[in-house]
Amino acid sequence: MPYRLEIALKSELFDAEGNGIRQKAKNYFGIDLVSVRCVYIVTIDADLSKDQLKTIQTEIFTNPVTQISSLDPLDMEFDWTIWVGYRPGVRDNPGSTAVEAVEDILGIRFGPGQAIYTSKRYCLKGKGLTAEDMDKIAAELLANDIIQQWKIFPADQWNPAQGTGIIIPRVILDHTPTVSTISVGSDSTLKKISDQRGLALNPADIPFIRSYFLDAKVQASRASVDLSDPTDIELEYISQARSDHCNHNTFRGLFRYSDLETGETEVVDNLFKTCIETPTLTLKEKNPWVVSVLWDNAGVGRFDNNHYYVITGETHNSPSNMEAYGGAITGIVGVYRDPLGTGKGSKLVMGSYGYCVGPRDYNGVLKPRLHPRRLLDGVIEGVRDGGNKSGIPTTFGQVLFHPGYMGKCLVFVTALGIMPAFIGEEPSETKKTSPGELLIMCGGRVGKDGIHGVTASSETFSEHTPAGHVQIGDPYTQKKMHDFLLEARDRDLIRFITDNGGGGLSSSVGESARFSNGCEVQLEKVPLKYQGLDQWEIWVSESQERMTVAVNPTHLERFMELSGMHAVESTVIGSYTHTGKLHITYNGRTCAYIDMDFLTSGFPQWEFDAQWQASERRGLFEPVLKEPSDYEALLKDLLSRPNICSKEWISRQYDHEVQGSSVIKPLVGADRDVNSDAVVIRPVIDSKKGLVFSQALLPAYSAIDAYHMTSCTIDEAVRRLLAVGGNFDRIGGVDNFCWPSIQFHPQDNPDGKFKAAQLVRSCRALRDICLSYEIPLLSGKDSMYVDGHLTGPYGETHKVSALETLQFSATSVIDDIEKCVTMDSKMPGDLVYVLGTTRNELGGSEYYEHLGYVGRNVPHVFPEKFAHLYRALGHAVDQERAASVHGIYRGGLGVHLAMVAMGGNLGMTVDLGLVPTDPLDCNDVILFSESAGRFIVTIDSENQKIFEEIFKGLACACIGSVTHESDFIIKGIDGRPLISIPVQELKDAWKKPFGELI
Amino acid sequence: MNHIRALVLTGYGLNCDNETAYALRLAGSDAHRVHINALIHGSVNLTDFQIMVFGGGFSWGDDHGAGVIQAVRMKTNLGDKILEFIDAGNLVIGICNGFQTLVNLGLLPGFDHDYTRRSVALTFNDCGNFRNDWVTLKVISKSSCIVTHGLDRLELPVRHGEGKFYAGPTTIRRLIDDNQVVLRYSMSDGRPADGKFPFNPNGSIYDIAGICDPSGRIFGLMPHPEAFNHWTNHPDWTRIKENNKRRQSKVESGPTAGIQLFKNAVEYIRNGTIK
Repeated sequence: MPYRLEIALKSELFDAEGNGIRQKAKNYFGIDLVSVRCVYIVTIDADLSKDQLKTIQTEIFTNPVTQISSLDPLDMEFDWTIWVGYRPGVRDNPGSTAVEAVEDILGIRFGPGQAIYTSKRYCLKGKGLTAEDMDKIAAELLANDIIQQWKIFPADQWNPAQGTGIIIPRVILDHTPTVSTISVGSDSTLKKISDQRGLALNPADIPFIRSYFLDAKVQASRASVDLSDPTDIELEYISQARSDHCNHNTFRGLFRYSDLETGETEVVDNLFKTCIETPTLTLKEKNPWVVSVLWDNAGVGRFDNNHYYVITGETHNSPSNMEAYGGAITGIVGVYRDPLGTGKGSKLVMGSYGYCVGPRDYNGVLKPRLHPRRLLDGVIEGVRDGGNKSGIPTTFGQVLFHPGYMGKCLVFVTALGIMPAFIGEEPSETKKTSPGELLIMCGGRVGKDGIHGVTASSETFSEHTPAGHVQIGDPYTQKKMHDFLLEARDRDLIRFITDNGGGGLSSSVGESARFSNGCEVQLEKVPLKYQGLDQWEIWVSESQERMTVAVNPTHLERFMELSGMHAVESTVIGSYTHTGKLHITYNGRTCAYIDMDFLTSGFPQWEFDAQWQASERRGLFEPVLKEPSDYEALLKDLLSRPNICSKEWISRQYDHEVQGSSVIKPLVGADRDVNSDAVVIRPVIDSKKGLVFSQALLPAYSAIDAYHMTSCTIDEAVRRLLAVGGNFDRIGGVDNFCWPSIQFHPQDNPDGKFKAAQLVRSCRALRDICLSYEIPLLSGKDSMYVDGHLTGPYGETHKVSALETLQFSATSVIDDIEKCVTMDSKMPGDLVYVLGTTRNELGGSEYYEHLGYVGRNVPHVFPEKFAHLYRALGHAVDQERAASVHGIYRGGLGVHLAMVAMGGNLGMTVDLGLVPTDPLDCNDVILFSESAGRFIVTIDSENQKIFEEIFKGLACACIGSVTHESDFIIKGIDGRPLISIPVQELKDAWKKPFGELI
Repeated sequence: MNHIRALVLTGYGLNCDNETAYALRLAGSDAHRVHINALIHGSVNLTDFQIMVFGGGFSWGDDHGAGVIQAVRMKTNLGDKILEFIDAGNLVIGICNGFQTLVNLGLLPGFDHDYTRRSVALTFNDCGNFRNDWVTLKVISKSSCIVTHGLDRLELPVRHGEGKFYAGPTTIRRLIDDNQVVLRYSMSDGRPADGKFPFNPNGSIYDIAGICDPSGRIFGLMPHPEAFNHWTNHPDWTRIKENNKRRQSKVESGPTAGIQLFKNAVEYIRNGTIK
């Protein structure tokens, strides 16, 4: 019989969670609540004695100092109570740990069907609260209907004996697992079945798939295992492997590019090959530090003689757009499995985030599924819990607001690992599977999670149907697995390792079996969360926290023993072979039998028309502006803009110092509150060598030309590294493309050809800049459908597409961390320098955006020219001649001089007439142009001669000094004072928008 | 005794074990990371160690109260062995999640040598969120704590969501009167933070950041000394370095305040007493 235990903080204790809800109800909806108290509910669906219940109640679930609890509903005061619990099948992490604790303390084992579920009820008090208010708070603050259910009780309808009732969200699938076969009679029948089953087979692939199954030789071989027509599991396997997500069909596509301006035409066969693979392999040849790229779960670069670092970046956009917390935590925990599954496995040492969302204060007419504010809250919390609970420092991140992300938000997650150069005698970056090795699944169990991604979210729910398509990552289970697998690696027990992410076993087993050229999987051995899954569901389920590992049979006992010690579930589910076949059986009966080489054999290439129209042709022009007169108000307003202002509240929620490796933190300066250009960690804790990391995002420039968006983004990421002391000759990159749909369709995507041209141009810039700066692309991913359809005020829907966005991540190393520099001004009397030339490049700038313009003069990157300056800066930092270094990024010189002053809490006096520029006669252009290739440096005046010698012949000028006085003073080109304002006033403006958030 | 062996727990979501062991090695001990199950199964014996560290992390995901399930598991399976370890005159240090575990085990505050009773708690931060920031800590010189001996003030990072030290007024009074309060959150000049955020980052009663048992050999604190294992861990280090350069003084040398805590522990075992 089930029991329900209610737990609450003693009434004299402050309820921080409840108070947070109270504040949000006020700030988000204008609903005044007097108080909110939370009650934790633990529902135990198992037979326990009275004594047993008493033991777990007092020992586990109730803190005698702070909490009260009862097996009957607690007598709490409220006007309304809202109960919120998970839907069946949604990952309930505290429920699982409760089972572990109860089993341990009582010395029992829960049987099948027995479980513990957690839920909450919120006791709300307030005057005149209505049922509508409660609906709003429940649906838009406390719960998300995709994963949660709720019940609302007014005080007068509350039964004190019954309380919320006992709700058991157990999954019951009354279903016998069945393999079905699918007719390949004609292209149209297969297309129809593909659509019905949500297989998403590309129509162009269908004839090719049919011809395989109709081939006489294939049919004869299939007959030997009692198969004829393809089974559902086989088609699911093909569909997964051929999906754009796994196969990058867009980037490998054929692009017919034409420039409507110049008449230039070019056929680009495979953007991946021409712009990513070829340049990276060329650079790998030249730079022996590039260890392993373009084939594994993440890229590998040399850190020092004995260690390699590993990096990759991912996005988790669609799931986060539906369920922000679940999507984001699954994203960060998921990307952490990539370095763990790279080479023979690497230890995670760092993570980062990038969020692109609609305006936080959006109050327009469109109705996104989640308001941007709520979405951002959820995403921040998801990455917080995923990162913090994994014990991996989240050291860097960016947030960008733009209405284009209302259609679909972007959630970038990036992971870095470190591994020894050798495991035993073998290089750590190599791995393969061999016939006879055992195929082992480690970590979590398999349920209906993530099957066919979010398309399933439109299905209707019944009381016991699992809502598994939206997942909630479980960092606890994964952390145990991470620790176990690294120990297994160090004992040389791992021959091959890869993660189970998109496509589940289908993709991890399919890919790992290519090395041995075959495998046999006994699907009934896969441990399940609940019974009743079809075979194809077990095969493609994306249940999280799982790795696929190949183990030599002679090592099995040691491997399993270690797994048990770490409390990690590992199961042999098959073995690797060299039969050339992917062979899956279920209770001895074959349900899939496919040639290993089928997926790599001649599927048709995707094709796109790409038409470029330059900005002028699209009606863009430079605005006609006369100089402003109130620069002080202008600068403060720019500092308060959402994309410029302080977001300290996010950085502080993220543990950025775990592992004890922190060198340059996300927030620096005298008050430790201004953003660092980049971060530095000491991943090998007893070494003086540092790993430097930065990221950049500049989608605003895509409104003019994605070529320059891309080159400026890369240049910014590079300058960020250099600003803290990163080595210019050791830079690695990771490209994460997020693009709106590029396939032209006259009604659904009328500007598809233009967006395709933007992609071609972006890839060209990626190639050009990376070759010039010698940045191999260690890893990269693309997410191609960043569009959404939002309902408007009249029930109509609007397609909202994101700006063409590239997140570029960059890594470098520094030999001696003690030479790192931060961006804050250090000493009064220090000289302020600007490096690099300021040009008339306000197109797409924050300044123009603030005034409501786009413009045309987008910043350009001149890599050969910039490289000289960058090397000189590297020299100055290495000689320890710079007291502070800061790149000039979004917002331009004015904004970033302010950042340097705010960092140091010191005054500054500068003269714009001294700034190195192309001939310019307007102060606003000098102050707010976003020209690439520039830095602000402050130095000890003692170093003036040596410093200027280093930059001889380069764009470098002393423009003023750091001062004792607290004022920030800028003189215009005619010597007239433009700005004279206390630094603290600037800081107040910069902190104001989000300053109250914690 | 020259060979001091220190044990750092790992497993079940703990995550500061590597740097804690590193810090203990810098402090001169022979530090080992030991999985909780290795102790329970008996493949490693507590009797082979003199210092035991319950480190930071998210044991069991912090579900059902930070440190609660770890305490249950340790008590159920190792309770007596831990009490014997303490009786033998050894040191126990709990950091962050480890501190939360020690108070749930009842090893702290250990009033009247009852090491099983829960009488204080570490609960949700008043600010309502996880917080990572550096804090200034005032060492209560009267406290009998071995580990903080000789220190007056130090800066360390906090990284927690449940660090608010809470107990009833009588218990707080007794902790103060019996010199069991070891560390208090303070302003940069050493004055008590007096509950003021962010100096007191979590709303702890009486600004309490760390306490010890009556013997001074069991010590728990929320801040992370192991995360200040190198002078470049300090958030102001580039500013300190520049300052030193201008005054022609040398770069930082000697152990950081974080390492000094571990050194005190190791020295105590080595000498059998506080210097």
